[in-house]
Amino acid sequence: MFSWKEIPIGAIVTAPGSAKEYRTGDWRSQRPEWDLAKCIKCGLCYIYCPDASIGWKQDDGYPWWDEYHCKGCGICANECWTKAIHMVEETE
Amino acid sequence: MDKYGLYVPKLAPRKEYFAPGHRACVGCGEMLAVRQVCKALGRETIVINSTGCIEIVSSLFPQTTWEVPWMHTLFENAAAVASGVESAIKVMQRKGKYRDKKVNILAMGGDGATADIGLQALSGAFERGHDLLYVCFDNEAYMNTGIQRSSSTPYGAVTTTSPTGKKSIGQQTQKKNLPAIAVAHNIDYVATASPAYPFDLMDKVKKGVNTKGPAYIQVFSPCPTGWRSPGELSVALARLVVETGVFPLFEVVKGKYKMSMEFEKLRSIKDYMKPQGRFRHLTEDDIDTIQARVIEEYNKLKEKAYGQ
Repeated sequence: MFSWKEIPIGAIVTAPGSAKEYRTGDWRSQRPEWDLAKCIKCGLCYIYCPDASIGWKQDDGYPWWDEYHCKGCGICANECWTKAIHMVEETE
Repeated sequence: MDKYGLYVPKLAPRKEYFAPGHRACVGCGEMLAVRQVCKALGRETIVINSTGCIEIVSSLFPQTTWEVPWMHTLFENAAAVASGVESAIKVMQRKGKYRDKKVNILAMGGDGATADIGLQALSGAFERGHDLLYVCFDNEAYMNTGIQRSSSTPYGAVTTTSPTGKKSIGQQTQKKNLPAIAVAHNIDYVATASPAYPFDLMDKVKKGVNTKGPAYIQVFSPCPTGWRSPGELSVALARLVVETGVFPLFEVVKGKYKMSMEFEKLRSIKDYMKPQGRFRHLTEDDIDTIQARVIEEYNKLKEKAYGQ
């Protein structure tokens, strides 16, 4: 963190998107799990994720999720057309 | 990508201008809407944000969620500051001090900042005809400060300042019709959108920002914390509110109303109210009253769209 001498003038933040460093994944109490046999690669989970934590793997086009930022809200599991996603309790 | 008419989420721009790591509640519908709006606008954007949930969760010093220039203003003057930014860019372009390229000016605020506190600045910006897009994220109360009622809270909803009891049904007044107020300013583009229809939303944002002069979009944003609803139902609620006719999607281009979503038969309002704790106390009679009012408003809107 800063001391008061290092705070930039006007308290501006110069690094764009620096909140990515913050681990919101720690809030999670349940995690999404994919049944890839049912996944049709439609990308609906990607467009409905409030935390922008779902993307695609480059090689096979199946979704991956970002454990660092996913808050485990369950919107993806609720919205998935083919019910390929289900939420499981976090046990760690 | 301009083909938002196709329902192919993979065609949406991949780049996130509203990065992950924001501190919004689990299942926040407002951040989902902000993310979709930013996706549609792209990199050449300046965001002016009034106080509210969006500002609080996205800018915890020394970090920021934004990947575009972003400015925080007070509750009341997001539209005024956006007008100033737009005018300054215009002058600097005329003097050759700024690159000659269109910059999207996006002013955003919650429903409290738009309907109550910032209404006069917004009205002024519309009247002066600045080239900006104002997006109101309507979560139907002051959620950031602890769920106080705003003039955008619907009839019957419980908030901390409109509690339910023997003599009170919750919020006692009807929701303020902000899109109609914007239309009354004779601006070229007014629309309503919902994050459950992301391509419709992105399409409207693109149209709004490419309109010369002011444009206004009201985006419905479910709030699981304030509405006492489960977080995973945020998108489902944003869809139900359209299917029940409580928040119909339409756009007004140069004064002409056009419906964006049409249903042969509206769903019962109970489907929408049941998952939400803020409507839990309503009796059958109350729900019938609200249902009648919803249908009346919907028919009025349809008349505007098809009547002339």
